[in-house]
Amino acid sequence: MGLTLARDAGRAPDAQSPLEIRGLTVTYAEKPAVFSVDARFEPGVMTAIVGPNGAGKSTLLKAALGIVRPVSGQVSAWGAPIDRMRGRIAYVPQRASVDWDFPARVIDVVLMGQYRQLGLLRRVRTRHMEAAFDCLRRVGMDGFAERQIGQLSGGQQQRVFLARALAQGADLYLLDEPFAGVDAATEKAIISVLKELRQQGKTVVAVHHDLSTVPDYFDRVFLINTTRIAEGPVDKVFTQSNLQEAYGGRLATAQMNALG
Amino acid sequence: MFFEAITLQLGYNATLVTIGAALLGLAAGATGTFLFLGKRALVSDAISHATLPGVALAFITMVALGGDGRALPGLLLGSALSSAVGLLCVSALTTRTRLSEDAAIGAVLSVFFGLGIVLLTVIQTMSAGRQAGLESFLLGSTAGMLWNDALVIALGGAIVLALALLLRRPMTIVAFDPEFAAGAGMNVRRIELAMMGLALAITVVGLKIVGLILIVALLIIPAVAARFWSERVTVVVGLAGTIGGVSGYVGAAVSATAPDLPTGPIIVLVAFGLFAISLLLAPGRGVLAAVLRHRRFQARVHVRQGLLALAQGQPIYERLTLRLMRARGLIRADGVATEAGRAQAAQALLDERRWQLLRSDPAHEEAAAHYDGLTPLETVLTPDQLRALDRGLRLEAAQ
Repeated sequence: MGLTLARDAGRAPDAQSPLEIRGLTVTYAEKPAVFSVDARFEPGVMTAIVGPNGAGKSTLLKAALGIVRPVSGQVSAWGAPIDRMRGRIAYVPQRASVDWDFPARVIDVVLMGQYRQLGLLRRVRTRHMEAAFDCLRRVGMDGFAERQIGQLSGGQQQRVFLARALAQGADLYLLDEPFAGVDAATEKAIISVLKELRQQGKTVVAVHHDLSTVPDYFDRVFLINTTRIAEGPVDKVFTQSNLQEAYGGRLATAQMNALG
Repeated sequence: MFFEAITLQLGYNATLVTIGAALLGLAAGATGTFLFLGKRALVSDAISHATLPGVALAFITMVALGGDGRALPGLLLGSALSSAVGLLCVSALTTRTRLSEDAAIGAVLSVFFGLGIVLLTVIQTMSAGRQAGLESFLLGSTAGMLWNDALVIALGGAIVLALALLLRRPMTIVAFDPEFAAGAGMNVRRIELAMMGLALAITVVGLKIVGLILIVALLIIPAVAARFWSERVTVVVGLAGTIGGVSGYVGAAVSATAPDLPTGPIIVLVAFGLFAISLLLAPGRGVLAAVLRHRRFQARVHVRQGLLALAQGQPIYERLTLRLMRARGLIRADGVATEAGRAQAAQALLDERRWQLLRSDPAHEEAAAHYDGLTPLETVLTPDQLRALDRGLRLEAAQ
């Protein structure tokens, strides 16, 4: 497949796809991090974005959401400009991207997910609190609502981030390395929440770094190394030759063998 | 004298200044909290220094137009315009070049301040400029404050405070997690500009009383002090407003008790006093609380190690351990264990054996994570789990 330029730039965006990216290029100081990438994510499934370190996985998500400004490219959600669909999209950034010494309790962070409902001035009422507690319960953190966020372990912080995303009540969940540096129990808790979301017909797209769990966790895989390498169902696309193309020499033979 | 000052009985001017300073401190404390939490504290330093050329240019313009060069609204308008230019310079340098924000702040701060000083010297040589007294904007001056001046300060402070409270939610979210905010469709850049714009407004409003060099202190010190007391943004904002307000009120009152006491610096010193109290005495984050917590922890470690040594018949050498154990009646002055000491030593050894067994058993992985050498296992396991563990211990001993 290799390089795919924005060959179908004239086509209307797909109203089915929760997130469609066309011809996206992002550069840091003129070195492309993501170059001319097309991606169309399928609704109602879980897709892993996989690639070596520095391959532009996180950048792809951030540029799609407008967090970093792309040099070129169009992004649409359900066939509309993404800005009109913000209320249906939830984003879970990397845990390390924030200062955890911030004066906030767990429940305060989850309530940030309800900003769209609360707006500038509306008071936080019982139903908002109940919704927030419900999200905490789903990630197994309901006993921690009053805890200061700095006192949490890495895994617990990641669960709080997921709870905040749940509070947004979105249809598309974009997660940046949700399993990075978390304990085994948290990984299990997060994946079961994500699978629950899929069951409800929601779409999940996650940047993922652990190749060994890709087939267990995900339905589809999007391979990237600055350019798009391959995209499709795990059993068709998650193959030795595709991985070799994405990772080049960086993929150890032992890892390859483990994948079968 | 101080009593009269604090109860506003020192005359018209002193009362105006005191109430104005309190309102200014309240608004500055609350607004500054968002800057502090967003790690933007130093931006306010650039903003405040960038007011000076505006003040000077406004004076020159008003004189040239044949008006009174010292009219406060005109001077404040000029300072607002030039500090807005300074703020946009910092913002543009940071986003459009590879300069980091601290370097951009340093550059803008010094260039604008230098330009301001040059303009002040020019004004000195103008015929109308001899009595301008513009240098009072550097450190603030409250002598001869008029009713209208106080009104400008009070109204300005109230408007800024209202805006800060209106925008508290988006400002909090952006300060905590700008990526999440951007992902949720919030305009992060505009919210950050609003946050800094509010600091700019405070700076302009506070020029007359506190002066441009020290206004940073009134924006930042209350927030830093308040942070010691609470883990909640809303509480920190409220406390910072209170600390700022009290500083302004008390500082202005104190400075009214003697002629030539500068208002701005005294307000800042009062704020610093409240900061020092917070730093030392706040429960949880304060220095004293941290020292006490560490001492208690250290004592627990020493006693535990001493008890384990007793139980295994090993000598204890460390003085602190001996002293702590004597104080608790666990050993006698000559180092021999007392009745209570022997009982507790046996208990400690049993606890340690239980922990060892527990940690070697993968089935207890979750509980084993609680091991810190101090926590008694009874507080982690249920009684039946403990009994099962003890059966294991007896088996081990029998072998």
